[in-house]
Amino acid sequence: MNNTQTPPVADWTSDFDHVHPDYNKNAHELWETLRGSCPVAHTQRYGGAWLPVNYEHVREIAYDTEHFTSEAVIVSTDRPVVPRPIGAAPPITSDPPFHTTARRLLLPAFSPKKIAGFEPDIRALCRAKLDELPKIEPGHTVIDAAIQYAMHIPVGVIARMIGLPVDDKDLFVSFLDDLIGGANLPQEQLSAARDRVDTYLDIQIEAHRRQPQDDLITYLLNAELDGKPLDPQHIRGSIALLLLAGIDTTWSVLGSSLWHLATHPQDLKRLVENPALMETAIEEFLRAYSPATMARLVIDDHDFHGHAFKKGDWVLLPFPAANRDPAVFENAHTVQLDRAVNRHAAFGLGIHRCIGSNLARLELRVAIEEFIQRFPSFELASPQGVTWSVGQIRGPRQLSLRINQYNDPGTGQPA
Amino acid sequence: MSNDSQKPSTSWRIEIDADRCQGHNRCFSLAPQLFDVDEFGQGFVRPEAMGLDELRERAELATANCPEFAIRFIDTPSA
Repeated sequence: MNNTQTPPVADWTSDFDHVHPDYNKNAHELWETLRGSCPVAHTQRYGGAWLPVNYEHVREIAYDTEHFTSEAVIVSTDRPVVPRPIGAAPPITSDPPFHTTARRLLLPAFSPKKIAGFEPDIRALCRAKLDELPKIEPGHTVIDAAIQYAMHIPVGVIARMIGLPVDDKDLFVSFLDDLIGGANLPQEQLSAARDRVDTYLDIQIEAHRRQPQDDLITYLLNAELDGKPLDPQHIRGSIALLLLAGIDTTWSVLGSSLWHLATHPQDLKRLVENPALMETAIEEFLRAYSPATMARLVIDDHDFHGHAFKKGDWVLLPFPAANRDPAVFENAHTVQLDRAVNRHAAFGLGIHRCIGSNLARLELRVAIEEFIQRFPSFELASPQGVTWSVGQIRGPRQLSLRINQYNDPGTGQPA
Repeated sequence: MSNDSQKPSTSWRIEIDADRCQGHNRCFSLAPQLFDVDEFGQGFVRPEAMGLDELRERAELATANCPEFAIRFIDTPSA
């Protein structure tokens, strides 16, 4: 459910709220204001939280497992009681040393060579979604690229990899709305939302126990850690992580990239005319429109560059803000599709580097390629036709685009 | 401008710090002729590609694009 009851924010330096609708909507301007005036902002909301926007601070915190725990990574009003060392969603909620072995279980399924094999299926999925759109009248037809295209690509892929019915995708989106978009809801509602996810996954996992498949649920049911089968909570938590992490994030950066192309016709034209530009363009979209902000909890009171971090405080890791830091990136606020040196942190830094990064990149590239191949010219239908998400994952949840040019898939020619 | 038939006076090598490598795989995707990855996403240099003139630029690019600063590029004098 979309929470519209977030109290207004008077001062983003001392009372920030990243779940307020204005945060994602005005993110780029907001981060630059904070970078100049208060690079480690604070709030009393959520029981106390910090927002460091500079790359070096984010990097330092991401690497520091002595002072910061990954016990929970989505900021909420409660401090969930989670079974250590597994956490609610291993390995993202795990700390070393457990983290290392839990992560290694999943890495091979997401290795670049493994993921490269998915390209034909992803391309077929993108084309199928484009084929399902209503008849296009160039210059007139408006589509919602978020709901009718972007959302379906990562959902289709990850559901199959995990072994969940793709037809349940609306349910998956409702889980995300509850857990990410509704992160500032009262504890009882958040707990109920978590229980809904758990109940659903328990049923799916049980079905796999009875009838094994060639997918990640069966893989985890058969996996061993230190010579023993995985704890059922571990299996369920990892599946929840892969499902939720695999949808919202990729969908978001895909939508943001299409938003960029819709609002920067020169860039769209350049990308259509120079397909070889896609390699650097993808990395630049990931830098400029990074979807994911993670978080940590402070383990013990300590001073962080003059700020009194208290035990139990949240510390957000806004990788998107770090990726726009002019101290690290030349022309940080300009999207340069041919940017050759781009060591962005869209997939995090350190031991929790996103396991799905190879898959995300492949989905992003193929989905953009297919979209602009089919629609070489498009624009925002209206300024009101964009609605940004709420919470730690940023992307358009509504993206109304007017299609101005359409290539017939059969002939490859303008229709 | 250098004469095409003259060899440059330096070669190069790169080293990957395995502890810093987190499997972003930027190196592998930028220069698969030069890098390989294992099933856990750890990057490795292909020994036969090390020091080749035609791969120097790719090697420098890969070094500059590693988010973990795990790659070290070293100019070396040729034998």
